[in-house]
Amino acid sequence: MSGNPYLFAAYAVTWLIHITYLGTILRRYRHLKREIEQLRRSGLKS
Amino acid sequence: MKKAFPILGVLTAILLIWALYQALVGAPTEQTMGNVQRIFYYHVPSALVGFMLFFVNFGASVLYLIKRNPVADIVALVAAEVGVVFLTVNLVTGPIWARPVWGIWWTWDMRLTSTLVLWLIYVSYLFLRRFSSSGETPALAAALAVLGALCVPFVYFSIWFFRTQHPQPVMGGGGSIDPRMLHVLLLNWLAFSFFAFLVCWSRYRLETLQRAVDQAHALESLLDPSGSVR
Repeated sequence: MSGNPYLFAAYAVTWLIHITYLGTILRRYRHLKREIEQLRRSGLKS
Repeated sequence: MKKAFPILGVLTAILLIWALYQALVGAPTEQTMGNVQRIFYYHVPSALVGFMLFFVNFGASVLYLIKRNPVADIVALVAAEVGVVFLTVNLVTGPIWARPVWGIWWTWDMRLTSTLVLWLIYVSYLFLRRFSSSGETPALAAALAVLGALCVPFVYFSIWFFRTQHPQPVMGGGGSIDPRMLHVLLLNWLAFSFFAFLVCWSRYRLETLQRAVDQAHALESLLDPSGSVR
């Protein structure tokens, strides 16, 4: 039993899950930065 | 603290690459299962890191229930979220290992079922945090977290109490392992623990920022355009 494709699949899926999660953190962070910028601008106007 | 993050990030990346090399090349090949056994170097540490994070979530939740400390609430949320990610890895890599070894992807065996139930408990915890806006949500979630943490030892030791297809636990159980394999397993556990710590750190910063922005929005809505309180 070699199982190389299974081994590759398991390692690939592990990193896929972690990278996807890190991607969501990054996306939320970018969204938040835009919100902070909007808040700053509205703060400057008033 | 901000300077420590990139340094720790580089060190963790080196550790993860070294651990991956050891898992794929350094560790001896298991005689019966062959290379598919190497899945174990990702499968087991993912579960252990997930369990560790659920205990952090438990400690922070208890602290929140006693002191109503908002920092404890953020730590609890972050630990549960990252813990769910690691347990997801564990639940996905398990069947990939089981297919060539057992001939099936999944069986409703006590270890597998209890792990799935544990995962569902923490997913429901995250849903509660995400979709409930009541002021009592953190306290309710903390109570659910205490229940979830009680299930962790049950999942780990379920192999002792029930007849199961799952292999015996390597640590604190009746299983035995080649010392070189154990070394690689511990190395991967260490690498994933550092990685989890960094992810939690990033997520903690994001959550504190998110709460500050939410507060600013709430404050803004209280002020009329002239800047006076409505």
